[in-house]
Amino acid sequence: MMVQALAFYLFAGIILLSSFMVITARNPVHSVLFLILAFFNSAGLFILLGAEFIALLMVIVYVGAVAVLFLFVVMMLDISFADLRKGAMQYVPMGLIIGGVLLAELVFMYGAWSFAPESVANAASPTPAPADIPNTEALGQVLYTQYVYPFQIAGLILFVAMVGAIVLTHRTRPGVRRQNIAEQHTRKPEDVLSIKKVTPRTGA
Amino acid sequence: MVIGMEHYLTLAGLLFTMGVFGIFLNRKNVIVILMSVELMLLAVNINFVTFSSYLNDLTGQVFTMFILTVAAAEAAIGLAILVVFFRNKGSIAVEDISAMKG
Repeated sequence: MMVQALAFYLFAGIILLSSFMVITARNPVHSVLFLILAFFNSAGLFILLGAEFIALLMVIVYVGAVAVLFLFVVMMLDISFADLRKGAMQYVPMGLIIGGVLLAELVFMYGAWSFAPESVANAASPTPAPADIPNTEALGQVLYTQYVYPFQIAGLILFVAMVGAIVLTHRTRPGVRRQNIAEQHTRKPEDVLSIKKVTPRTGA
Repeated sequence: MVIGMEHYLTLAGLLFTMGVFGIFLNRKNVIVILMSVELMLLAVNINFVTFSSYLNDLTGQVFTMFILTVAAAEAAIGLAILVVFFRNKGSIAVEDISAMKG
């Protein structure tokens, strides 16, 4: 139990610190790196909660794909980030007020929280005992049966996002020679080749 | 010392607040705003997994995977729009994004 508490406070502390650094760091590359740190530690928290599959998904999807995407874009765009920070301080009071109000609301909600007694019995897909099957297998058993349509829609969303990102960033640059197979096949010798009769000793 | 549900919920609340505050603090920088949105989604995910774990209901974890999907799609599209915008305007400051203001 003691180890669990220690691990929780370690992970939670690093998550909070690094998320603070994400929003205050001067260099956006540092922001992305702290975001990666926060994601790694939240994966640790998920393992602590017994959700190993989500934890590993977090590392693969967020750290491996999303954060690297952020890193690429930050490094690709040549922007003076110092200019973007100018005058940011005037919004701090407003942000503090709204953030504080939101936090207070969340605290009040959690403070008054209590489970309905029947909510535990009403579990839509109860977690099997970890000794029987591991978390990944249990998730697979509900994901591909009970939630198969949402799962397909999630795949569709990713597909649309992929097509959208490609269409948005693709550009046809002038002056690039590309192979045009139809043009190659319809090309005839008489279009491009002319045979000249050259009489002897008249050639220049 | 037992780590209960309240600990996780407090952490998620603080993280969500941090994300909201980040949007205000970096009002001009779209990239950091997108990162703040990712932080808020992370807080939501922590909430889902916490409830899923303490209520013994796998649905929360399934839903977390869908949130993950949407977050990945949102980041990809958002950054693609950002790259196109930067190509056209040479800047990513939020106040320059006003072409459709009318």
